[in-house]
Amino acid sequence: MNLVAYSSTNQSKIIMGKTLFEKIWDAHIVVEKKNNPSLIYIDRHLIHEVTSPQAFDGLRMNHRSVRRPDLTIATMDHNVPTTDRSLPILDQTSAIQIRTLEKNCKDFGIQLFDITSHDQGIVHVIGPQLGITLPGTTIVCGDSHTSTHGAFGTLSFGIGTSEVEHVLASQTLWLDKPKPFEIRVEGKRKNPHAVTAKDIILSIIKNIGTAGGTGTVIEYRGDGISDLSMEQRMTICNMSIEAGARAGLIAPDEKTFDYLRDRKYTPKNYESLVDYWKDHLKTDSDAKFEKIYTLHIDNIAPQVSWGTNPGMTCDVTESVPSPEDFSKGDHNQKKGAEKALEYMDLKPGILITEIKIDRVFIGSCTNARLEDLIEASKIIKGRKISPHVRAMVVPGSQMVKKQAEDLGIDKIFTDANFEWRESGCSMCLGMNPDILSPGERCASTSNRNFEGRQGTGGRTHLVSPVMAAAAAIEGHFVDVRKMDLN
Amino acid sequence: MQSFKKIKTVITPLDQVNVDTDQIVPKQFLKLVQKSGFGKFLFYDWRYDDQENLKSDFILNNEKYKNSKILVAGDNFGCGSSREHAVWALQDYGFSVIVAPSFADIFYSNCFKNGLLPIVLEEKIVEKLQRETGMIEVDLENQIIKTSSEEIPFDIDLHKKQILLEGLDDIAQTLQYEKEISEFEKQSKTPSVL
Repeated sequence: MNLVAYSSTNQSKIIMGKTLFEKIWDAHIVVEKKNNPSLIYIDRHLIHEVTSPQAFDGLRMNHRSVRRPDLTIATMDHNVPTTDRSLPILDQTSAIQIRTLEKNCKDFGIQLFDITSHDQGIVHVIGPQLGITLPGTTIVCGDSHTSTHGAFGTLSFGIGTSEVEHVLASQTLWLDKPKPFEIRVEGKRKNPHAVTAKDIILSIIKNIGTAGGTGTVIEYRGDGISDLSMEQRMTICNMSIEAGARAGLIAPDEKTFDYLRDRKYTPKNYESLVDYWKDHLKTDSDAKFEKIYTLHIDNIAPQVSWGTNPGMTCDVTESVPSPEDFSKGDHNQKKGAEKALEYMDLKPGILITEIKIDRVFIGSCTNARLEDLIEASKIIKGRKISPHVRAMVVPGSQMVKKQAEDLGIDKIFTDANFEWRESGCSMCLGMNPDILSPGERCASTSNRNFEGRQGTGGRTHLVSPVMAAAAAIEGHFVDVRKMDLN
Repeated sequence: MQSFKKIKTVITPLDQVNVDTDQIVPKQFLKLVQKSGFGKFLFYDWRYDDQENLKSDFILNNEKYKNSKILVAGDNFGCGSSREHAVWALQDYGFSVIVAPSFADIFYSNCFKNGLLPIVLEEKIVEKLQRETGMIEVDLENQIIKTSSEEIPFDIDLHKKQILLEGLDDIAQTLQYEKEISEFEKQSKTPSVL
């Protein structure tokens, strides 16, 4: 797969290696024109109820059809209630959006995992668990966390509704080629049950900033990445967008191939595909990255966000920074931090472990997979949540929910007074009734702590599932490394 | 899509970095199934108090900027969620141009699908523009912003400029490549989903 280039000066032959991202990109070019965007083929198109209705309207208005319904998969996740599925949806606008997706899928022949399906769930959780996400493919969805699928060595990214319509009509997109960005994660975590993939990605965003990856596709590499399970790798790739990157990906290995084997929709010729992927889906040793950043994880601590973007994060052992310290001389960042502290009702110098919380949310496409729930349950087991805390678990999919229930994990949570709910995006973005009240403070395993994200006036602190579980028990943030596992 | 015409207007300065799309349109307004009518939800939590009264201290509520068509903001504008509703809201409210030192990728791309012009300028120039109180003109054809005292050139990819100036239908253009797309599909190794 090496690209052979000729230098213009001496005509000597130079072999330039390619990054994994460049290989996937090149393998999907339909039309390429110099100094213009390329037309890129899309292998998998995932759709949901919130960002698709206007796209289908556009098709109808122009008398267009869906080019490849067989490459298109739909589910409803963003605004579905997480309460009893047999009851009608009370919010009429949500109900209309859900019915609209049902009608659109029926009219255009698209497979839909609806609210009653055992395979329903957050679109980025169900793709991999159904074997729809495959290495080397291009995957898009009208949702920025589509980067999650990059954990399987795919080129996956979020798109707007106009692009959803474009993919429905043509199965392609015009794209400017992003630059490859290498993030190396080196070393071994001392306590992998307490310091998690979430802490690795929050540390990266804290260091490179929320625009650190703009215009790039990140490839995560190094022993700190290959050590991770597939579900942990998804947590890492999921938050690539929080660093501003178009996508994030990880080269597939045996863990990847094992994870996707024997899933409901794993292709029949899977083993021959695996042979092909093993040969092709890796970055060449002489490939060049545009940017490189290295994180050493031997001594990293659990992370807690204190502000209103994911870059405003610190170690659990630290205190809330002053805007001066945070901004390192940048007056715009300083102003941003002042506004954030005011919104979060926090003063510089307060220890993170002194911050009391009202709510705990374990859920979202970042951290609501089976492993997340198992790890959090080890903290919860045999304990009760603090009496002034309301806590909920929203499994990432109905399949995750069922698997957890088969292991008795739901019982551990409900015994501790957690609410155990049906799957969906829920309080990650608060489009359904699961929202914070103004002024409420939440330890959340989700991905965004923007103002009002989980409810107008609500205050979000991003943490890992085990940190959220520990905070639920104690009623304030604690260093989960100091807690005994049950 | 309408083609982009010259614009003459005052500037609305939004002196903030990392303005995310959750602020531009909060999630409770994403449940509509059409593209129109999002202007009233623009910057909702910043524009209105909890009784739905206009907040006097928010810049958009200042009478001076009522008919402004240009928003000039800080770094990393439009970060976060991919929601195109953010672009629809800015346009429906009346903005035709957004100027910032940098934009988030998905937002930037969404702008061109709807005829909204995002202009990237150096931070120093952006800050100077934010202090500009007179009428200014944005001329996309010649890639120039004219203020009372100077002409500021800006860069834009030729292909994207053409899309805005001609108001092109992206999909109709792409479907002219039917032959290339079909040929690609014939040789593709990727299996169907189900």
